[in-house]
Amino acid sequence: MADSHTTGEGVMPGGPMAGHAVPHVHEHHDPNLQHHFYDMDQQLEASTLGMWVFLVTEIMFFGGLFMAYILYRHWYPGDWAAASNHLNVWMGGGNTLVLICSSVTMAWAVRCAQIGSRKGQIVNLIFTILFGATFLVVKYFEYAEKFEHHLVPGPHFDPALPQQQQLFFSLYFIMTGIHAAHMVVGIGIMLIILAMAWRGKFGPKYYGPVEVSGLYWHFVDIVWIFLFPLLYLLGAHLGAGGAAH
Amino acid sequence: MTFPFPLFPPNASTVATEVDLLYFFIVAVCAFFAVLVTALIIAFTIKFKRAHEDSVGADIHGSLALELGWTFIPFVLAMVMFAWGASLFFRLATPPANAMDVFVVGKQWMWKVQHPEGVREINELHVPVGRPVRITLGSEDVLHDYSLPAFRVKMDAVPGKLTTLWFEATKVGTYPIFCAEYCGTKHSGMIGQVTVMTPQDYEAWLAGGRSTGTAVQNGERLFSDLACITCHKSDSTGRGPSLLGVFGSTVELADGRKVVADENYLRESVMNSQAKVVKGYQGIMPAFQGMVSEENLMQLIAYIKTLKPAPVADKAPGK
Amino acid sequence: MTERQSYLDAPHGIASWLLTKDHKRIAMLYLISITAFFAVGGIFALGIRLELLTPKGDLFAPDTYNKMFTLHGVVMIFFFLIPSVPATLGNFFIPIMCGTKDLAFPRINLLSWYLYVLGGMLGLAAILGGGLDTGWTFYTPYSTSASQTSVSIAAMAAFVAGFSSILTGFNFIVTVHRMRAPGLTWFRLPLFVWAQYATSLVMILGTPVIAITVLLIAAERALHLGIFDPKLGGDPVLFQHLFWFYSHPAVYIMILPGMGVISEMVAAVSRKQVFGYAFVAFSSLAIAILGFLVWGHHLFVSSQSIYAGLVFSIITMLVAVPSAVKVFNWTATMYKGAVSWDSTTYWVIGFMGLFLIGGLTGLFLATLGLDIHLTDTYFVVAHFHYIMVGGQIMAFLGGLHFYWPKMTGRMYPEPLAKASAILVFVGFNLTFFPQFVLGYMGMPRRYHAYPEEFQVLNVASTLGATVLGAGYLLLFTYFLWSLKKGAIAPANPWGAKGLEWERTQSPPTTFNFEEDPVIVTEPAYNYRPPSPNSPEIAFPAREVKHHG
Repeated sequence: MADSHTTGEGVMPGGPMAGHAVPHVHEHHDPNLQHHFYDMDQQLEASTLGMWVFLVTEIMFFGGLFMAYILYRHWYPGDWAAASNHLNVWMGGGNTLVLICSSVTMAWAVRCAQIGSRKGQIVNLIFTILFGATFLVVKYFEYAEKFEHHLVPGPHFDPALPQQQQLFFSLYFIMTGIHAAHMVVGIGIMLIILAMAWRGKFGPKYYGPVEVSGLYWHFVDIVWIFLFPLLYLLGAHLGAGGAAH
Repeated sequence: MTFPFPLFPPNASTVATEVDLLYFFIVAVCAFFAVLVTALIIAFTIKFKRAHEDSVGADIHGSLALELGWTFIPFVLAMVMFAWGASLFFRLATPPANAMDVFVVGKQWMWKVQHPEGVREINELHVPVGRPVRITLGSEDVLHDYSLPAFRVKMDAVPGKLTTLWFEATKVGTYPIFCAEYCGTKHSGMIGQVTVMTPQDYEAWLAGGRSTGTAVQNGERLFSDLACITCHKSDSTGRGPSLLGVFGSTVELADGRKVVADENYLRESVMNSQAKVVKGYQGIMPAFQGMVSEENLMQLIAYIKTLKPAPVADKAPGK
Repeated sequence: MTERQSYLDAPHGIASWLLTKDHKRIAMLYLISITAFFAVGGIFALGIRLELLTPKGDLFAPDTYNKMFTLHGVVMIFFFLIPSVPATLGNFFIPIMCGTKDLAFPRINLLSWYLYVLGGMLGLAAILGGGLDTGWTFYTPYSTSASQTSVSIAAMAAFVAGFSSILTGFNFIVTVHRMRAPGLTWFRLPLFVWAQYATSLVMILGTPVIAITVLLIAAERALHLGIFDPKLGGDPVLFQHLFWFYSHPAVYIMILPGMGVISEMVAAVSRKQVFGYAFVAFSSLAIAILGFLVWGHHLFVSSQSIYAGLVFSIITMLVAVPSAVKVFNWTATMYKGAVSWDSTTYWVIGFMGLFLIGGLTGLFLATLGLDIHLTDTYFVVAHFHYIMVGGQIMAFLGGLHFYWPKMTGRMYPEPLAKASAILVFVGFNLTFFPQFVLGYMGMPRRYHAYPEEFQVLNVASTLGATVLGAGYLLLFTYFLWSLKKGAIAPANPWGAKGLEWERTQSPPTTFNFEEDPVIVTEPAYNYRPPSPNSPEIAFPAREVKHHG
């Protein structure tokens, strides 16, 4: 096990406090230390591990959808490419850029928290939120376009198109919809972190929440980086001009 | 000794004996271990009963030899079971070439059977003894499962595709048919009887049955009624590929893939023609989803299977 | 130790319970809720067995019967079995066994209970608002196109309950990794912790997949999508793959914690180390990992390819081996032990017998050629009930007995505990053994009417269910009684080794331990007889004799 705290029997204990002489006494005074943790290090390590474990569950969650996508694309490659052609590569590509930028500002915000720069945190968090909001606004316009062109699966789906394209759009809306829901949650979290940063809560001794929220944000970004090529880049857009169908 | 109620299904097919043997083999292995472990537990509980309040057990940590032993031996036994089961499974999945066909469609909540000669049945199945029977299964609506416990076989009827099961009955008599995949309100009512008859009785039964045309005849009629013949001409002049000799051949698709044209390929081409467009042709065939029943599909497929290329020197077109 | 206020008494008031962060209180909140759902699931079981007394479907309408077996499955699996040991005994004892004050994320622990309750409310809404008749397996296209019942609400209930499970698992993983007391290396941990850890891996990796799968069902129903509908190009068998990808590992979520409890109990009733500690620990992990690779054994007759069938069959055989290893190790633990004849031993032995049969009968179903005949019959029903009820529930109830004095500070009446163990064991076998025979004869699952020749065995089964039910009722009654009238329990009524027995009160205080930090210097189950050289006895003497 990577972190087995092997010690000799009855000898100086190791474990999560290895290196601390009398572990918990002075740390009691840090107002951010929760009662069941020995010290701030343990708290930070636990929170970070927790977020990684949570992200693994998110990978499995999206995984089911990717599985369905892979199978249907394998069975209906022609329909998949044709349906992909209806998507707006410019909007999707633009959104990809927006999210990448938001990850940059997010990482910067974490760094600012670590070094205790309140102004840096605030500026970067605000930009992260703005980028995220931009993503959602563009998404709104994209979805509206689909709606107008009868590409939303269900009773109003364009009857001239084969059923398999409706299948593509079902997956498109579910995958990007769930992703967008995660973005909304992410923005909510960022607003809370922003409020805490505004009050100067974060610094070198305590920046866990920023780091952990950053991990979540990066994950949501990475999911999009997979979704974009798989959904948008299948068709012949780039040769044919790229505008929506 | 006969019980007033049965404890074992009848043995009425060629595989039943082997399935039962395999079953008893596993029963024997399991019984051995169950009895062994139970006996040990009881023995230890009695022999090592706690003598007084403060007693503790011996300081024993483990034994690598025992661990390896009781890991390896169950593993080997399990592999024997696997190998035997896999071999049986392969045979169960491969109908003999000379099997006679029967087409069965499940729908909520009945089994519709058609014999190639044209006789139809609902919930019943008549078959001759001593001949392998291959059942092609389809479903009109939801999942069903055609289960014939006396023959030790069953197979799901999956909407959207065709599945196969086969058996060879060995004993004249009647045996139950069950639907074994939950399908709604009357799932437990979707039952019937399979009647195994001597070959003479079977022929007589077939002849006496009201025939609505053989499967092939019906398929040919559908081929014309649904206007398949307009595009699928027997030469290469049609807008669709010729179907002479298509069944079982390898077809090259427009996107470069090569597939074997089996029953499911034919079914998909009718229901959902855009999925696999043949190379060199346009994807203009209409999809017949919703316009052709599963039974009709089976008749069409039976007919298409009979289409052989002309015995003349020219190769079959439309590959 | 000086008596301090237990976690039950301080702080007071209902708000202090509903807003608690104490893992022990959360465990008790879960215990109450899962008991309620067990009763609901049990009522449905009663309905099923009553109907099956006669061959004709004459007690309930077919749709009602179909709802009963569906809801029996949904309630028992999602709202009882999956949380059973982890959310009660796991929540209660993992921090204590790790020598720490609480789980890593106490507020998330509370959130997990609220999610469970919310999921439960949605489940009740589905039950009361038209029921559910798809089978707990929700197979498509029946569940997406044909069923007229509250499918989407039930799907959402499972979705929400799933997140409760994920949060529990994630909490345990972080706790075991990051919060063990000094000196408490992995190989000094009690095997219960290893089992829970393995379970938690399955919970976090598997549950999200069922979450997305049930979400897709609800989406398909609401928006008329065609992901699983063949008429729209979708594949119904894809659903089965997605569903079983979680639901097979789910059975390991259900049994691994029970196995962990049994490890603890076997050591305590034998006053001996668990034989082959490392093998038992690693077999938990092996079961968790291999468990993810066998889901296709539910699809042998589904039109899955025969080659896939081969792979799934052979790996299923492999996953049986670690379970066998555990059974042998537990048996060997009793060899040269100092085996108690208390009711706790009854529950351990009962589990061993029933789990043995349940596990062995899995081999029949893993064997391809034979599974064709047995799948979708009562043989499968018997197999999984032997493991889930005979195994897991017996382990859970045994664990409740074993840990009851610690959790509540009270002893239950010993003779009644023996009686209920016997009733449960006998009743269970009578209920489910005939079902193996019925299954081999071909009686399909989910049938509410059946051919006459199957009646005698069905009647025997219903009779058994009555005895089993009586056992459960008896147990429920005396546990409730004991809360007020049971003898006060000492800190270590069994003379067992372990942080939970030796360093905490019965019941524990809010922060578990007197010392801070707890330091661990010996392996688990370090039973040794008192000797002149080590004057301290191996365990504290029991202070109060219990009844019986």
